[in-house]
Amino acid sequence: MNLLELSRIGKRFGGLNALTDVSLHIERGEIYGLIGPNGAGKTTLFNVITGLYQPDSGEFHFNGKSYRGAKPHVLAGDGIARTFQNIRLFANLTALENVMIGRHVRTRAGVMGSIMNSQATRLEEKACRDKASELLNMVGLKKPHQTLAKNLSYGEQRRLEIARALATEPLLLALDEPAAGMNATETENLKALINAIRDSGITVLLIEHDVKLIMGLCDRVAVLDYGRKIAEGVPDEVRNDPAVISAYLGVDGE
Amino acid sequence: MQNAREVVFRRLNKRIVLIAVLLLLPFAVDALLGRGWLRIVDFAMLYIMLALGLNIVVGYAGLLDLGYIAFFAVGAYCYALSASPHLAIAFPRLFPDGVHLSIFIVLPVSALLAGGMGVLLGAPTLKLRGDYLAIVTLGFGEIIRIFMNNLNAPLNLTNGPQGISRIDPISIAGISLNATQRIFGFTLPSVHLYFYLFLFFAGLVVFVSQRLERSRIGRAWMAIREDEIAASAMGINTRNLKLLAFAMGAAFGGISGTLFAGFQGFVSPESFSLMESVMVLCMVVLGGMGHIYGVILGGLLLALLPELLRHSVVPVQQALFGKTIIDPESLRMLLFGFALILVMLYRPAGLWPSRVRRRELSSDERPNESA
Amino acid sequence: MEIFLQQIINGLVQGSVYALVALGYTMVYGILGLINFAHGEVVMMGAMVALSALSVMAGLPPLVSLPLSLFLAISVCMALGYGIERIAYRPLRHAPRLAPLITAIGVSIVLQNLAMLIWGRDYHSFPQLFANHAHRIGGAIINDIQIVIVVAAFLMMAGLMLVVHRTRLGRAMRAVAENQHAAQLMGVDVNRVVSITFMIGSALAAVAGVMVSANYGLAHYYMGFLLGLKAFTAAVLGGIGNLRGAMLGGLLLGLIESLGAGYIGDITGGFMGSQYQDVFAFLVLIAVLIFRPSGLLGERLAERA
Repeated sequence: MNLLELSRIGKRFGGLNALTDVSLHIERGEIYGLIGPNGAGKTTLFNVITGLYQPDSGEFHFNGKSYRGAKPHVLAGDGIARTFQNIRLFANLTALENVMIGRHVRTRAGVMGSIMNSQATRLEEKACRDKASELLNMVGLKKPHQTLAKNLSYGEQRRLEIARALATEPLLLALDEPAAGMNATETENLKALINAIRDSGITVLLIEHDVKLIMGLCDRVAVLDYGRKIAEGVPDEVRNDPAVISAYLGVDGE
Repeated sequence: MQNAREVVFRRLNKRIVLIAVLLLLPFAVDALLGRGWLRIVDFAMLYIMLALGLNIVVGYAGLLDLGYIAFFAVGAYCYALSASPHLAIAFPRLFPDGVHLSIFIVLPVSALLAGGMGVLLGAPTLKLRGDYLAIVTLGFGEIIRIFMNNLNAPLNLTNGPQGISRIDPISIAGISLNATQRIFGFTLPSVHLYFYLFLFFAGLVVFVSQRLERSRIGRAWMAIREDEIAASAMGINTRNLKLLAFAMGAAFGGISGTLFAGFQGFVSPESFSLMESVMVLCMVVLGGMGHIYGVILGGLLLALLPELLRHSVVPVQQALFGKTIIDPESLRMLLFGFALILVMLYRPAGLWPSRVRRRELSSDERPNESA
Repeated sequence: MEIFLQQIINGLVQGSVYALVALGYTMVYGILGLINFAHGEVVMMGAMVALSALSVMAGLPPLVSLPLSLFLAISVCMALGYGIERIAYRPLRHAPRLAPLITAIGVSIVLQNLAMLIWGRDYHSFPQLFANHAHRIGGAIINDIQIVIVVAAFLMMAGLMLVVHRTRLGRAMRAVAENQHAAQLMGVDVNRVVSITFMIGSALAAVAGVMVSANYGLAHYYMGFLLGLKAFTAAVLGGIGNLRGAMLGGLLLGLIESLGAGYIGDITGGFMGSQYQDVFAFLVLIAVLIFRPSGLLGERLAERA
């Protein structure tokens, strides 16, 4: 049973077909890469999977359940966590608080429990705090955990976003251009981190511009162009696919 | 180990001093400034409760509620109807002497009622953008007032613009707070008794706010305030949590309203105008959104301001011009308006911001293009 | 039937005024994505300034004094609109959304209380300048002022549509509404366009203010609040950000209100009377937000959180 299966997903914005009949599946435990030129529909697909957009056609299954019109918080609860291309941290909360908010779906304390500060609440709060600092250490945040998120460097913010997503204990971690704006060393570290995450049993979906990173990291890769999937397979196959070459050479001059 | 104990002791000492000061405050005010001022301090306590309630909505969850006073009105009318002879007019057979329930029955009821109304109002609006909530609450505050003004015919429920009077004073265990009482050898006039009652409730509101602020719920509220989309991607049910904030704020408003009705013994629609909502909002904004002590400071300042103005503006103008040109009431509102503008432009985190907000709002986000 | 027709006429007259004010809300929203909370007070100021001007020029023939005072009211309101944008909105364009809302509320409180200081708390009666003939149409009555209001409102709306769709300025406005950043890159002076938008909206508001006071013969420092709230409702009903929507919404809201007020007594068996007229706008607002938050002619809004 595949972890995620998309069948014939379509999404339109006004007259623009952002996604057309995109079908793909992601197996448990793999790192799956999604590449494509600018405006190919990668982030749109991402937003469909994480519930930010509702697809106009098609459906998707995740972990054996079918979803149609599910809200982001439901999908997060069911095990899809994400990061954002243009980092969206809770800028004025501390790094620790950011990750603790990621624990929201895995904790229970309600209004009464919080007001009474019951034994259960205190234990949960402590466990939440411990888990959060453990995750911060895991992603390698060196600054004090009480630093406000917006005072972290760009690379650190990206790591913090990953820690926050991991705090939801996802089955599928979806990373939207995690290496954007990183230097070579940072990218190397990120690669190691993503591998470590996969080794801990979490499936990873990766959108990247950096083709080299994708090819070196992913088990399988899909290529989107103009909202359609034009190729899929192991990195070596995809690299030599004529459709992919023409899409990249023809459209993307960078 | 010893160090930790010392810290605990110091904290405890601080708290004991604070409580002692608060307990002695009514005597000090009474002796130094007179009983009239103590009454004003009592009202200030009610406003502080209101402001703390609104702080949950505006400060934590980042939702702008412009009709907050409506929930205060709901609480006030709740007690006015269920603890006065008034209902005898509308239902002479059913309640020949009116209804006279204890405040301790009415308090939870009005909290629930106000909270429920908050949910009813918030449910359709909270999924939309924040400015819609602002407008809808603004309208709601006005509607409540229209109903209070007009529900006196054909069935006299609210007595219209005249309002409801002869409301039962609050009494606890048979002791009426409207009379001077001797307790443990202390002679406590009515205003002192009310002060202690309100102190208790204000303390409760502070306690609840503090606990919530540092909890899973509070963090979720602040996440919504910071970035709603990221919050929902982290599994936070933003709609429900916004509703919760809105309902809790409303419930606090209802509780304060009930106490207000019992204290004043009289309610009329006049006490619940839009300007009152604006004043409570001012308290929160001026003091420091999201910071409990800042909000308390804001509440205290703005509740005392009209009295200060009354005692200064009129005599000064009389002396200067021989007549009153600007009455203290409109001067107060003008000052509120200017305060809202100036604080948001130059000190958006308020006079006494919390650690986090202080860094946040005075930050790099301020553009320079206007210069 | 006569009552019905009369309510329709009243609704159309009131609705034209709502439409003019609603245009101000919708233009600002279209461009900045923000509600101009102080817009209702601009309407009030327009009425008050015109009223004062008329009383100063009481000796002049009405054909001179009316255009002059209208001109004065429009100028003052345009200046106000410009000032509101400069003080309350521009410095906070990139601040958290809560901030400009709060400053705008501050501005509207200041305006309201300034008006109270200048003109007092009393109702002022608006002078009757021309003989106001009443005409009978099928048993209902419409008077000259009402005809002028409807005609003038329609002319102004048509003029606005021309400006927005046929001129360079209009094209710049639409570009900024579509994408501020892109418009700037294309050489549009965004600040200028935003300022002009506020000023045009305020000019319409000034005229609307004069219309309302002429129709009811009254002006009051507090009149802007409810009028603003209702015009906003009209804008939402039509689809905020959409000019045609604002006009449609204004007219519809006027009709709903006047028919509602005319028949509420019958509907509730006499329990509620026309004093609840002001409640209708609010019920419409809530209903629209629940069932069609995008309004009648608008695009979807909810997703753009």
